[in-house]
Amino acid sequence: MRFALLAVAAAFLAVDPASANSVKVGTLELTDLWTRATPPNAPTAGGYLTITNTGDVPDRLVAVSSPQAGTGGVHEMRVDDGVMTMRPVDGGIEIPPNATVTLAPGGFHIMFIDLKAPLREGDDFPVTITFEKAGSIETFLHVKAIGAKDAGGDQGGGHAQ
Amino acid sequence: MNTLRIVRYVLWAAVAVLVVAVAAVLYFRESGEAPLVAGGIKGGPFNLIDQHGTPVTEAALMGHPSAMFFGYTFCPDVCPTTLYDMTMLMQQLGPDADRIKFYFVTVDPERDTQQAIAEYLSAFDPRFIGLTGSREEIDRILSGYRVYARKVEQDKGPYLMDHTAAVYLLDEEGALTGTIDYQEPPETALAKLKRLIESS
Repeated sequence: MRFALLAVAAAFLAVDPASANSVKVGTLELTDLWTRATPPNAPTAGGYLTITNTGDVPDRLVAVSSPQAGTGGVHEMRVDDGVMTMRPVDGGIEIPPNATVTLAPGGFHIMFIDLKAPLREGDDFPVTITFEKAGSIETFLHVKAIGAKDAGGDQGGGHAQ
Repeated sequence: MNTLRIVRYVLWAAVAVLVVAVAAVLYFRESGEAPLVAGGIKGGPFNLIDQHGTPVTEAALMGHPSAMFFGYTFCPDVCPTTLYDMTMLMQQLGPDADRIKFYFVTVDPERDTQQAIAEYLSAFDPRFIGLTGSREEIDRILSGYRVYARKVEQDKGPYLMDHTAAVYLLDEEGALTGTIDYQEPPETALAKLKRLIESS
């Protein structure tokens, strides 16, 4: 009985992998790395994360790749006058010194094309993220629900930002 | 003297026209209503197929309201999240959702074949009707409803599509009555769908 209670307590204390998902590369700290489950046959997936530069020099996110996708890139999405546009970001995204940059839906994101298999909710999607100065780091994106709007919570979305 | 008077009348008339024109422009801006989707426009004829291969024409839009979203399966953000949001709204509407038809119309028929759309839509509410067809027929429905879609070639990797991100709300005659905009709060989106059902 006591063991059962302990097990229940342990389950409640278990940390959500998404929020525990934090890695360091050089002076950069990457947190809340996430993506969405993809519909069958969907060839692309967007990825999002928060990057904090604790150093005194600017850096740039210049490239991404995944063994689970043909190619990866850094993109910006915009909605102007109701029209959605998406473009590769030339030269990558600057991460200013002592600043935090968040890649989120509706703006900058990393993008994976030619997925080898659909992304399933709860899985971890392996990625390599490359910075101009800090170099490359192998980590993963936590795969959230197909309608997820942000890194928080695990409900499928339904909340506009 | 007579000529001068005529000139004066003409000038005053010109001023009056200008005032009305400026007022109209200001009014449309203030009301926040893009004249493009001011309502009433109909899509005109089209000849497409759904994800099961069944022919669908403009006649399918008659007799019930519709919610129509334009996108493509290569789209990583707006399209899957909008289809997911609509799926949630259909659940909240309950049985009333059956009084609206929900359409996903591809802006990229070259890549979005019948089978590609069928697989893509299997992740969402089964009541979604996916529409594809020839480039010409897709262009007809897009231009009919003034939907913006443009192919953007990339130096490396597959091409992207710019496209209108709003969900179009159509009355029981297939005429545009309003839109649900990208990232519109789910409460107002639900209210718009309920109003669409009640007014039909």
